[in-house]
Amino acid sequence: MEALDILTTATLWAAAVRIASPLIFATLGELICERAGVLNLGIEGIMTVGAFAGWVSVYHGADLWTGVAIAAVAGAVFGLLHGFLTVPMGLSQHVTGIGVTLLATSLTYYTYRLAFPEVTSPPKIETFAPLPIPGLSNIPFLGEAFFRQTPLTYLAFVSVLVVAYVLYRTPIGLAVRTVGENPAAVEAQGIDVTTLRLGAVAVGSAFMAVGGAFLTMSAFNSFYFDMVNGRGWICIALVVFGSWRPGKALLGAILFAAFDAYQLRLQQLAGAYLPYQVFLMLPYILSILALIAMSRRAGYPRALMIPYRKGER
Amino acid sequence: MRLEPRGDAATSAWIIAPLMAIGASFAVAALLVMIGGASPFTVFAAVIKGALGSQFAVLETLTRATPLVFTGLAAAVAFRAKLWNIGGEAQFYAGAVMTAVLGTGAVQLPAPILLPLIMVAGALAGALLLLGPTWLKTKFGVDEVVTTLLLNFVMVLFVSMLLDGALKDPMGLGWPQSSKVIEAATLPKLVQGKRLHMGFVIAVIAAFGVWFINARTTLGFEMRAVGFNPRAARFAGMPINRVMAKTALLSGGLAALAGVSEVAGLKGNLTLDLSSGFGYTGIVVAMLAMLHPLGVVVAAIFVAAMFVGADAMSRSVGVPNYIANVMVATALLTMVSAMLFTRFRLRRS
Amino acid sequence: MPEMPQSEPGDVVLRLSGISKRFGPLLANDAISLELRRGEVLALLGENGAGKTTLMNILFGHYVADQGRIEAFGEPLPPASPKAALRRGIGMVHQHFTLADNLTVLDNIILGTEPLWRASSRHAEGRRKLAALSEAFGLSVRADARVADLSVGERQRVEILKALYRDARILILDEPTAVLTPQETEDLFATLQKLVGRGLAIIFISHKLGEVLSVSQRVVVLRQGKLVAERLTSETNRHELAELMVGREVPRPKVEPMTPGPAILELDQVTVGDANGGRALLQDVSLRLHGHEIVGVAGVSGNGQAMLAELLSGMVRPTLGTVSLFGDRVRRFDPARMVAYGIARIPEDRHAAGLIVDLSLEENLISARYREPPFSRLGLIDWKAVRHFAAGIIAGYDVRCPGPRAITRLLSGGNMQKLILGREMAGSPRLVLANQPARGLDIGAVGYIHEELLKARAEGAGILLISEDLDELLTLADRVVVMHRGRMSKAMARSEVTIRELGLMMAGHGLSDEVSDHAA
Repeated sequence: MEALDILTTATLWAAAVRIASPLIFATLGELICERAGVLNLGIEGIMTVGAFAGWVSVYHGADLWTGVAIAAVAGAVFGLLHGFLTVPMGLSQHVTGIGVTLLATSLTYYTYRLAFPEVTSPPKIETFAPLPIPGLSNIPFLGEAFFRQTPLTYLAFVSVLVVAYVLYRTPIGLAVRTVGENPAAVEAQGIDVTTLRLGAVAVGSAFMAVGGAFLTMSAFNSFYFDMVNGRGWICIALVVFGSWRPGKALLGAILFAAFDAYQLRLQQLAGAYLPYQVFLMLPYILSILALIAMSRRAGYPRALMIPYRKGER
Repeated sequence: MRLEPRGDAATSAWIIAPLMAIGASFAVAALLVMIGGASPFTVFAAVIKGALGSQFAVLETLTRATPLVFTGLAAAVAFRAKLWNIGGEAQFYAGAVMTAVLGTGAVQLPAPILLPLIMVAGALAGALLLLGPTWLKTKFGVDEVVTTLLLNFVMVLFVSMLLDGALKDPMGLGWPQSSKVIEAATLPKLVQGKRLHMGFVIAVIAAFGVWFINARTTLGFEMRAVGFNPRAARFAGMPINRVMAKTALLSGGLAALAGVSEVAGLKGNLTLDLSSGFGYTGIVVAMLAMLHPLGVVVAAIFVAAMFVGADAMSRSVGVPNYIANVMVATALLTMVSAMLFTRFRLRRS
Repeated sequence: MPEMPQSEPGDVVLRLSGISKRFGPLLANDAISLELRRGEVLALLGENGAGKTTLMNILFGHYVADQGRIEAFGEPLPPASPKAALRRGIGMVHQHFTLADNLTVLDNIILGTEPLWRASSRHAEGRRKLAALSEAFGLSVRADARVADLSVGERQRVEILKALYRDARILILDEPTAVLTPQETEDLFATLQKLVGRGLAIIFISHKLGEVLSVSQRVVVLRQGKLVAERLTSETNRHELAELMVGREVPRPKVEPMTPGPAILELDQVTVGDANGGRALLQDVSLRLHGHEIVGVAGVSGNGQAMLAELLSGMVRPTLGTVSLFGDRVRRFDPARMVAYGIARIPEDRHAAGLIVDLSLEENLISARYREPPFSRLGLIDWKAVRHFAAGIIAGYDVRCPGPRAITRLLSGGNMQKLILGREMAGSPRLVLANQPARGLDIGAVGYIHEELLKARAEGAGILLISEDLDELLTLADRVVVMHRGRMSKAMARSEVTIRELGLMMAGHGLSDEVSDHAA
């Protein structure tokens, strides 16, 4: 059956890896925030900021990696805004997150319109070129699927390893994991809960922004309105689906992206039978189903969304 | 420095908070405008003129406020019970779709029967749409923020699908839009020749209705109690799942009425760009009003003024009209921060 | 309880001089000075709210004293720094454990002992050190166990090991026995003996006179923020300490013996299963409660008392067995039904279940009855009637507050409990479920609550009193049952039972072969 044959082509999996890359960055970012006890609903806005910041830097002459760095910093700034309002001030993490998304998105669009007032189609930049890894890229099937990606994609996979190592094998990672379970335990060791959480949110938001930058600097070559298109919310579901563990989150992102790539190709096959919108709906519906499936919430950080007030025992 | 709970309920903070929010949003806007190379005074003058400077402008502002009152009420009702309904967009379109289905000629009834029928059907559609995520929350503990958000995307695609197919306007030259609603399904205009329509009156009546429910009925009491402490509410014998369901019905229904109002009163047909983020803006309106239903009317008019004014200003002065979105988002964040000070005060530790 | 050996105390390791701390209008600590010597256990005795925990939080750096100095091992201790306290060798086992449930024992113990920016945690080294400590002090734990899977006694061991891992020479224990059975308490005291034998100094905070007398060499009594007395344990007694703690003669409530009335509540082999298929939360529980009597439910928390309370509050339903109220078999279990039966429920946690603190007092007073006339008709609430009712309760139960429309959050713990009491007892209920009703309250409020319970008993109500405080139970109850692992012992008359026997039953001895019967 031709529909099933698509699943065994290397091009499908290459597309899956490519589509997964922004999701991996953003999911890692949200995972770090939530492990520290902070739900960051600013993710959609921060990804938009990252997409724009990276692209516009390159447009103005910066090299690609500098663009990525600028995107990361921009993301961290908005992350700190969210962090400051939710951690020391203890505001509702739901409302603040939505507010940060609205603010980040509207600031981005305003700046974009200001910088490019007359333009009907946004200018293109020279994006990351695919970088085949010598040797590995010649392995049949796996080579074409995994080892002819752009450098940013490789960075995404490396990031999973780095984040997992830091979380599970370093003192600072232990502190981050603990502060999301029982902030009093961290406080009792003389570590400041606020600084720790703010740091985690800043780092996490930087990752999210790089995920957004991937869209404009690797996947496509220009910035469009509504580019992020709900990926941020999908990543929130992926964090739950991955039980807040980097390895499982990576798996979830790839499975999800594979499904997305698959549905794009299915559209071409079955386009006569089903309207294309049905296919486009599937990722979002799948995310909702993933959330329901994981509703038992193994590994849910106990102190998630609970503001910590010093001295309240 | 630390936050210490306040002993008294500071009433002055209830006024200071919204004022701070508005002030902050203007300050941020002024900064952005200066970066953009224009003068804040020119810009603000143009905004105020565009929003309130003529009879046309005022009516336009009220017209723009109409859907925001509905979505603002929807958010206020839900948030009071700690039901984070971010799905106003989807519920809005549910109401709009219902209006297009029933009002474009399929049903032939006189206006006094058809219009209420459409309103009820539309509200029901929105209500049922929110019931799903609410049930997932109460039964499985699935976070309703994400489910309602994701449904927004699904719904917009669904509308696109309908407009390509079942609801497509046969005389629309291929544009994705529905046929126009019939005369009997049109909300009458309030002012001859202008755009302000009956929907505004219905919205204000709805606001009073919500206020009455909150202040005087057992349901209002239950929603408030469940919102503050669901476990204690359950211990006291309140049927919390049923309360959440009723909250969802009310909230979803109100958001859907925004859609009904836009189609039956303003645009006349269903299009893909019917909502310019009314669902999300409704959340800001609700927060600015501190979840108070009558405050929602005031906040909706204020926010609408900003958008209408910014549109006019953008045409005359050239600063991008997204400035209004920035102002609204800033106002939201400032508002929530300022509200903190109604419950806590800052102390040197 | 074993007697602690009278070893010669060594030199002074800790000196607090003139510590004062104010929270707004409340003077929590008033110029307190004390000394601690090497090799001794110093008990810090006082009622709830006397200032013991505040003092220790200042010592440990969570709070800063307004006045006063602390010297540890001869050097002044920098204030407001748990890190400095830890580095100096002061370790604290908090009343509410500071453990992360989802992490392992090893993780919990090594947190904070390594520089945060080290590139890699030294897990192997940590394991070795932990094993050595376990061996030396006889505190065995599995390093890779998840804390969530440990018993309370094991968790406390982890907390102590946390301090020892950091080379603590001074150990502060804040109400450590609140969650232990009498036998686990004995184990703890044996551990403390080992620790002081190796030269540690221990501060033991408690409000339980019996334990203070058996574990310490010296006692320091705090009352309302002041240090009112210092005694050698060998030279004082229960009566004197109680008086010092409270400041006056403690009147024991008079409990008139009464003939029990008709059966009000009957539990017949009730079992409540665990949703996840684990051990049943209530197992085969049978009990008959009559009017004019108080039945006390003893047991260490976590042995099914909470589930018993949930059952009678209508929050869960039995998997097996029947519950009968006033002779009728109960078929539907929900809170509204229980309220309709006229059961007064005083919940364990005021904030979580008893009250909605963000609502006003009058709203809380009608939280269960708002659907009844005169409070509402056809879905509309009559706030005037509500206010009138509320004013009556507030006056009748002496609830200190700004008025019925004030936000409940503003009330003190004692007044909140009185509000709950007023709400539940005002209608002369025939069955009262009181779950830890006096926990965390000052002696005045405790006395008031005991009076109200006895009053209800005199008027014919049947009262089920769940309490971790054996003193309270033995003062008030006519009959006592003990819960262990979801099972309930047979009811014993108060006069026939001793604390020792109760303690044994609380730890599970003799419970599994007892067949619970309906002996009245």
